[in-house]
Amino acid sequence: MAQRTPANHNMSIEQDEIETIAELARIRIAAEEVEPVTDRITAILAMVDQLQDVDTSGIEPMANPLDAVARLRVDEVTEVNQREAFQAIAPSVEDGLYLVPRVVE
Amino acid sequence: MHDKTVAQLAAGLRDKQFSSVELSECFLQRIDKLDTHCNSYVSVDKEAVRSAAAAADDSLAAGETAPLTGIPIAHKDIFCTQGLRTSCGSRMLDNFFPPYDATVIQRFQNDGAIILGKTNMDEFAMGSSNETSYYGAATNPWDKERVPGGSSGGSAAAVAALLAPAATGTDTGGSIRQPAAFCGITGIKPTYGRVSRLGMVAFASSLDQAGPMARTAEDCALLLNTMAGHDPLDSTSSERPVEDYCAELNTDIKGLRIGLPEQYFADGLEAETAAQVQSALRELEALGATLVDVSLPHSHLSVPTYYIIAPAEASTNLSRFDGVRYGYRCQDPQDLHDLYTRSREEGFGEEVKRRILVGTYALSAGYYDAYYKKAQQVRRLIQDDFLACFDKVDVLAGPTTPGPAFVKGEKSNDPIAMYLEDIYTLAVNLAGLPGMSIPAGMVRGKPIGMQLIGRHFDEARLLNIGHRFQQATDWHQQRAPLAQQESA
Repeated sequence: MAQRTPANHNMSIEQDEIETIAELARIRIAAEEVEPVTDRITAILAMVDQLQDVDTSGIEPMANPLDAVARLRVDEVTEVNQREAFQAIAPSVEDGLYLVPRVVE
Repeated sequence: MHDKTVAQLAAGLRDKQFSSVELSECFLQRIDKLDTHCNSYVSVDKEAVRSAAAAADDSLAAGETAPLTGIPIAHKDIFCTQGLRTSCGSRMLDNFFPPYDATVIQRFQNDGAIILGKTNMDEFAMGSSNETSYYGAATNPWDKERVPGGSSGGSAAAVAALLAPAATGTDTGGSIRQPAAFCGITGIKPTYGRVSRLGMVAFASSLDQAGPMARTAEDCALLLNTMAGHDPLDSTSSERPVEDYCAELNTDIKGLRIGLPEQYFADGLEAETAAQVQSALRELEALGATLVDVSLPHSHLSVPTYYIIAPAEASTNLSRFDGVRYGYRCQDPQDLHDLYTRSREEGFGEEVKRRILVGTYALSAGYYDAYYKKAQQVRRLIQDDFLACFDKVDVLAGPTTPGPAFVKGEKSNDPIAMYLEDIYTLAVNLAGLPGMSIPAGMVRGKPIGMQLIGRHFDEARLLNIGHRFQQATDWHQQRAPLAQQESA
């Protein structure tokens, strides 16, 4: 993807960019859907565009509303093995392994 | 029996006026007969309800005094319930039977409550109308043409139609407060971190918060007593001690300073809704509160800020749905890539996919600073506005939504019109503050809500104000047409 900045890129998005994003998100978009999806996302990006006009110099980004940081705990094993329970709800398993289509020929 | 509050039901069970089996059966019958008009539930396990009720009656007979013993409670289908399907309103999880209970569910069970059923919701809590649910939208019990709001629309509709005494909801941008307003019930979104997120299907982790939805502020206080508290299994759960939310319900609000953000009464607010909220505010004034004009100068930026942060976090959270470990898998995948992309294409609905794409874009190389970091900076400006107001006033008040419930289909093809529904609620999540909606009037035969916003961890005060207001008014006692129907 081209490295563009808001200064020269008015937050619109091209169809080929949507296809790239969809690939990154691992979501298939049918060919006839690309155009309407692009239009909708362009409208959303146009709406969020107004943030670019806000002066945020020197403002610390807020990742957590209480500015809390991740808590640490003692490195002890606290989980028990629940493989059977977890695999009971999987689409396809065999011998304790999750099955997917062949990856390595 | 079905019209009683949770507080009244708890007293009735303790005094042996009725049993939990009778109470549960009453709600099961109402759901059977009336939920066809409402579509508020997606799963009800009648046998499990009956056996839990029988066990609760045994406990009551043995003198057990857990606060909610024998009370049936509906849960939004976002909370994992062991062995009971948890769909999150999505085809992706239509076949998902969790191997564990959410902490919220465990806490209700520890306090004796019964799981009455799982309620309908917008898919992955993304929506303001319930129309994105894989199971079809729930309907507003006040008017079958109208939406119940969302995303906790099934919970709000069930409580308003008297198909549950109370329910749980979650609120990422207004999903407890807006449906509570649309259905004429009371709902509170606590401070971020007050209620555990463990086992609550994640949407936007820095915004998500669970809370109670009920017919009175007193019932919300009772339920919040059960829900709130530190959970070592949720790394963002607050370690701050929990107060008794029922203790201050009756405290006089004389001298309370209520800020009215000018932006919450500006263009966009329907005139009749404005008039009803103004009259509710005069009621609070009559109870001894002082009204003070305040300003939230960055509030117009809450919608764009939210629609960067929430989709960005959602795109990360929803990457776990891969068709491998649980949930939906497409038929006959050609290879692993096809398995991922087609399972996600077919398993997710339109709005969810749209938000994943927007979020992926905002987080992608070259755009992160322009979108995500920028939105996080504006988020701080939005929070700073609130904190500055709280130097001058104790709480803020305004409308919960711009108007009463809208007609189904009216906004479902226009994402941005739908996003603007939450214009008064989104900023509260961005700032991590507690917010509550209470019934505050009727507009053209439909309820509207007043929103109260408090300082961090000031839930008790919001509930106190709500309770005092409900002692002086009867908006919360208005009943939807569907609620007045009998099941027998």
